[in-house]
Amino acid sequence: MNWLLVAIGGAVGAPLRYLTDRAVQAHQGTGVPYVFPWGTFTANAAGSLLLGLLTGVAVSSPAHALLATGLCGALTTYSTFSYETLRLAETGRTLLAGANVLASLLTGLGAVFLGAELTGGFGG
Amino acid sequence: MSEQEPQELPEPGPPAAPQGRVLAAVAAGGALGALARYGALVLWPTPGGGFPWTVFVVNAAGCALIGVLMVLTVERGRVTHPLVRPFLGVGVLGGFTTFSTYAAGVSDLLVRREALTAMAYAAATAVAALGAVWAAAAGTRAWLDRGPGGSGGEGRVA
Repeated sequence: MNWLLVAIGGAVGAPLRYLTDRAVQAHQGTGVPYVFPWGTFTANAAGSLLLGLLTGVAVSSPAHALLATGLCGALTTYSTFSYETLRLAETGRTLLAGANVLASLLTGLGAVFLGAELTGGFGG
Repeated sequence: MSEQEPQELPEPGPPAAPQGRVLAAVAAGGALGALARYGALVLWPTPGGGFPWTVFVVNAAGCALIGVLMVLTVERGRVTHPLVRPFLGVGVLGGFTTFSTYAAGVSDLLVRREALTAMAYAAATAVAALGAVWAAAAGTRAWLDRGPGGSGGEGRVA
């Protein structure tokens, strides 16, 4: 049962990340190669916030499989994040690459804490 | 969704596919990637308060694989099917790797006052992920360049 829920969550989370990335890129204007990867940054921050919210409310195992493992897991990504960071570094934007790593980590952490705080804290 | 889809990358990339099929490929890949990650966590559960090795390895492995994939597709155009990158890259590898579980793992360790493990996990994942994508991309480029490069045939190096 949990396997099916993880699959459903993943099947929703990944397209949400794709659409988020497209929407953010359309907003900042495409065609400019290797600008700061705001799309992935946004998806990672949103998924981390949602996972934090779930941490605060003690959810059941099936809900955790669907929303935390499936949806939040697939809405966020480490692979695209690291490839985009690599491309920034390889195109001479070392500072942006470092900023992407630091900002993504700090924002992700902050989003988890904020989400958990909003719904009752880590003890919840 | 708008119909105009400007290329976001200057390198030779696969031609655009209809948006509906792209979304379906991303969804199918995301389901498979999330399942693979869940399977790894079921097989190798890591106790709370310890170093989350399974998520660490999942993320590092996914980063190595996307390094190979992106060189083969976007950078070198060796694989040109328009659904390969949405399915394997955005879907499978994006669904396999996770940033939220990583961030929540670091937070959890901090809340448990395992600050050293938290910092080690945070830093080691970033270093391993970036090292993996760099090594895999560099290795794939070198492998493609081993003979007479470009789109030429399988000619021998004298």
